[in-house]
Formats: sequence, structure tokens, C-alpha cells
Amino acid sequence: MEAAIAFIHEQLTTKKEVPAFKAGDNITVNYKIIEGTKERIQSFKGDVIKRQGTGATATFTVRKISDGVGVERLFPILSPNIESIVVNKRGRVRRAKLYYQRERFGKAARIKEKRMAVVAKK
Amino acid sequence: MKGIIGKKIGMTSVFEANGKQVACTIIEAGPCVVTQKKTVETDGYESLQIAYGTRKEKNTPKALLNHFAKANTDAKSVVKEIRNCSIDKQVGETITCDIFAEGEKVSVIGTTKGKGFQGVVKRHGFAGVGEASHGQHDRQRAPGSIGGSSYPSRVFKNMRMAGQMGGDRVKVKALKVMKVFPEQNYIVVAGSVPGHNGSIVLIQK
Repeated sequence: MEAAIAFIHEQLTTKKEVPAFKAGDNITVNYKIIEGTKERIQSFKGDVIKRQGTGATATFTVRKISDGVGVERLFPILSPNIESIVVNKRGRVRRAKLYYQRERFGKAARIKEKRMAVVAKK
Repeated sequence: MKGIIGKKIGMTSVFEANGKQVACTIIEAGPCVVTQKKTVETDGYESLQIAYGTRKEKNTPKALLNHFAKANTDAKSVVKEIRNCSIDKQVGETITCDIFAEGEKVSVIGTTKGKGFQGVVKRHGFAGVGEASHGQHDRQRAPGSIGGSSYPSRVFKNMRMAGQMGGDRVKVKALKVMKVFPEQNYIVVAGSVPGHNGSIVLIQK
């Protein structure tokens, strides 16, 4: 049965290159919006507070503070309307689901950046 | 009327061309063998009897084995009839899921998941009676009044009460066929289908 679902997923979902990101990372989602006949791209920048699901049903939630109000948006990872995902910052967090961010604002809601050793290019 | 017996595999989702995500059910439909053709002259009504699945010969009644032998097939686990069937097949021939095309609206019949003995709040959507405070207790999931007292001195039939929920035969109509895979015998329909994964369903149009 799992094999059948994997088969359907393979047949009916277009493959996409998605950059690796996880909860705590700061990302920009460039999302296609269709208004009548015109198509434009809207970007949504914020912290990933969760990733959930597998295969075609996998989604992630991005939270940002807009004009002092917390806004969360949920995107299907494989949605064809996602034009691109840009990872701005890696966050150092201890949980996979950052629901505690909903009770925090201002300085307390900051996520520490994860510093990684980068191998210099020759 | 045309139809096929299948097995519910599970759910997933599919993206449409406009980017909309649609929840879908995968059904392994067929192949089914035509085991009998009923006609008005011999049986009083028209129908096509089809069989699906596998079962061991030793677990099959002899009468049924011989019935399957007439259609030159081995023992099957499910036998169903489709009334006034428009599929033109003879006894012994197989029906595959390619009788359905993409975009068609089909109905799916299955047995819902058993929920056991349930109260009126879950079973009939009642709101319960009382409040949590103000001296009340044990009334939050109560059914309330079930009718008058001295008149009519009885409870009307079909009064909604607690009881067995689920395990009913249910038909879900107008599910759109998203995709058909005749080689793998898979049909993908938009929406949900009664029953647990692995349960037998009948797809009709």
C-alpha cells in the first residue's frame, strides 16, 4: 500500500529542487499569485516554525511579525506555485516545532544564528 | 450503469494545473471477472455479476468453486452484482479499471469505519443540554427530552438516540476521477471514500 502511494506520488507530482531547510531557519518564499489573467510573485519572509508530513502532502509553516501582528503562512513543499525558496539564515534551535514562538515577541522572539565552518573554495 | 470492485489503498494529494492541492483517494480497482449474466427471461432482472480478489480454494464453498469454474476462473473473495450494466462482456471475460476515464464523475460504495456504541453528541451532532457550572452536572452530553409524557405515551420511531455508529454501507456520489492507471489497476479519485484502508469498495457510474 505504501508502494502504491509512492507510485502515485511519483506519477502525479512534478519533481522539484527544494533547498534544505528546517525549523528555526529564516527563509523567503517566492509565491506565484494569479490575479485574473496576470501573474505576479509575492515574497513571504520569516522563520520556519515547523515542517510536517511526507511525500506530496508535506507542508511547512513560516511565521513573521507584520506591523506588530504575528502572521503565519502554511505552504505545501511541492506546490507548483512556489517559484523559489531562499534560505537567508540558519537558526540554532533545540526543537523541531517552534510553537513557543507564538507567545514571544520583540527581542525574546529572536532565533540565534547557527554559525558553521565553511570550507574555502579553491 | 457500469462498475468495478476495488480495494481502498489510502489517501494522498495531487496538484492541479492551477496549483491547487486536491486531496485524493487511491483505489486498486479490478481486474474483475464476469461470473454470471442475469437476464429478465431467466432471473426477472438484468445484471452483471463480477468477482474480485483472491481466496484459497480450501476456504471456498464447493458450490461457489463450481460457479467460478463456469467462468474458467479460480476462487475469488468478493462477488457483487451491477444492475442494468452497460459493459458488454461475456462470462469469463475480465473488466479492468480503464472502463473509467479521467474527469468522469463516479460514485463509490463502501462500509464506513465502525465507531462502536456512541452517544448523541458524536452520533447525531447534538449539542448536549446543560452548562458546565451554575450547579449543573453530568448534562453536557445528554440527549434532552425525547418527547411528550401522557400524550403520546410512547417514543416516536426513528427518535435519534445513542447506539451503534459506523459500519454502515454508504455511497459517496460525484467523485471526480483524477487519473486512471490501467497497467497498475489504480484509480485516483478526488475526495474521500468510506471505510478503512484495505476495505472493499464498489465504484459505479
